[in-house]
This record gives sequence, structure tokens and C-alpha cells, in this order.
Amino acid sequence: MRLTVNGASREIPEDCRVADLVATLTEARRGVAVAVNGEVVPRSAWAAAGLRDGDRVEVLTAAQGG
Amino acid sequence: MFKDSRLILGTGGATSLASLEAAIVASGTDLVTVALRRVDAAGPGLLPMLSRLGVRLLPNTAGCYTAADAVKTARMAREAFETDLLKLEVIGDDRTLLPDGLELLRAAETLVADGFTVLPYTSDDPVLATRLAGVGCAAVMPAGSPIGSGLGISNPHHIRLIRQAVDVPVVLDAGIGTASDAALAMELGCDAVLVASAVTRAADPARMATAMRHAVQAGMLAASAGRIPRRFHALASTADEGAAQW
Repeated sequence: MRLTVNGASREIPEDCRVADLVATLTEARRGVAVAVNGEVVPRSAWAAAGLRDGDRVEVLTAAQGG
Repeated sequence: MFKDSRLILGTGGATSLASLEAAIVASGTDLVTVALRRVDAAGPGLLPMLSRLGVRLLPNTAGCYTAADAVKTARMAREAFETDLLKLEVIGDDRTLLPDGLELLRAAETLVADGFTVLPYTSDDPVLATRLAGVGCAAVMPAGSPIGSGLGISNPHHIRLIRQAVDVPVVLDAGIGTASDAALAMELGCDAVLVASAVTRAADPARMATAMRHAVQAGMLAASAGRIPRRFHALASTADEGAAQW
């Protein structure tokens, strides 16, 4: 299925969970937040949370900023 | 909220993590801002460094132009950094980066209800500051002048009016260029000062951070020391009595 991850289109396997997707982007767990279609997915739910074709996913972390 | 240093350091604008680290240490702060960006755009190493220094995080909503975006960003920040503290920014104009007061107030109301400790970056408008305090913001953070401008405090009278108008802490945020601006902010009655560019973009960030630390302390002491009134003419400090007659 095809998702939009951090603004870029990506093909991922059907059974990919949020945790699997995050692992492809960063090794960090602390300091990372995920939203699917604008809704925060709590870290405790990453392992179980599935993804659907067309989902828009944002995976964010800390950056320098005032 | 601000502990002893009364100084919050923004982490934006530093040319390297090493210079940022040196500046944080030199500033004596225990509270630093961080932004939230996509993992592929954010460089690595920031959080481990901040964690090593033991400073608390003040996430911001930099780059948000609507209340809705700021609320979403805030919720992501709380999830990522496990803190309710939030520097709420809702920008209304991309040239001056001045806040959009209406969107800011809307976002503040929502986020206070959502349990956040909201510290809004606001303009130096005493009425807006009063409204923000009224909806439950934990502090108000008026701009001295536009972000990154280094113009200092363009309307000291308004900062003083804000200090009188609200019961929550006032943090001078944005516009500080050098140490005397930070001292003035404290002399005007601010409870703390937030500096980013003035330190991180200085030629020697750690040296400027040290200057800011001392300036904030100096301004705070001066504010409570009962300064002399301004006079139009001189008032001699040496008595005439006992002077020799030639």
C-alpha cells in the first residue's frame, strides 16, 4: 500500500504497523511523536496500530529552534 | 518555573551542537526551547546532548500560522517530550514573525483546557497579554521587538504596562540583541528573559551567554534595589560643607 510519510510517498507492506514504520526512519524512541491523518498515535499504541492505504503520517522529533 | 537563572535559552540559530552546548552551560539556564520537525530533517544528537546537560525542555510551536496547526503541534510535542510545558507561537506575518493575536488566544484557550502549561509568545500589547492570562496561560512572553532582529525593547512602556496588567510571570521573549537589553527587561519588571539568536548567532555564543546570565541577574537586582528618580538637573553627591575657601 502507498502512504505519505513526512510529505513523501512511500510503498509499504500491508501488515506494517506504526512501530515498524518508525523503525525505518529513526532508531530513537524517546523524543519521537507520530501522527496519522493529523491524530497523535501515543507511543504505547505504536506496536498495535495498523496503517491504511492513503494514510498521511508525520514522524517528528526535536530540532533546534527558539 | 524559571528557577534561579531567570534565563531561558532558545536553541535555534546555533551553528553547531558544540557551540550550543557551550552556550547552554555558560548561560546557567535549566530551561531550553526545542522545535518539532520531521525526523528526516532534524539533525541527530540534540536530545542526547540536552539530556546529558540535565536541562528541561520547553517545546515550541514555531512555524505555525493557525490555532489548529499549533494545537496539533503542541499535542505532538507533549507526546514526544513528555512535558506539558509549551511555548505557544502562532505567527501572523512571515516578514516580522509577529504573532497573530486572535489565533494565539484561540490556541491558548484550547491548550489550557487540554492541560498544557501554556507560555504564549505574544506582542507587546497589554490588552492581549491580559486576555492570554485571563484564559489561563501560565505566563505571558511579549516580544521586545521582532524575532532575531536584535533591536532590543522597542516599547519599554508597554512591557511595564504588561507587568502591571497581569498576575502571571512576564518573560521578555524575542528581539534581545545584547546584554543591556536583557538587563533592561528585568529592570522593567520582567520575571525572566528568553534569548536565542542574541546568543546562538553571536560571534562567541558562550561569551554572550555568560553576559546574558550576568545581565539578567544585574537587572533583577537593580529592579528590587529602588533606583534613584530621574532628575532634570544635577544633584551633587559631595557635600559643600567643609569645602576649602581659596
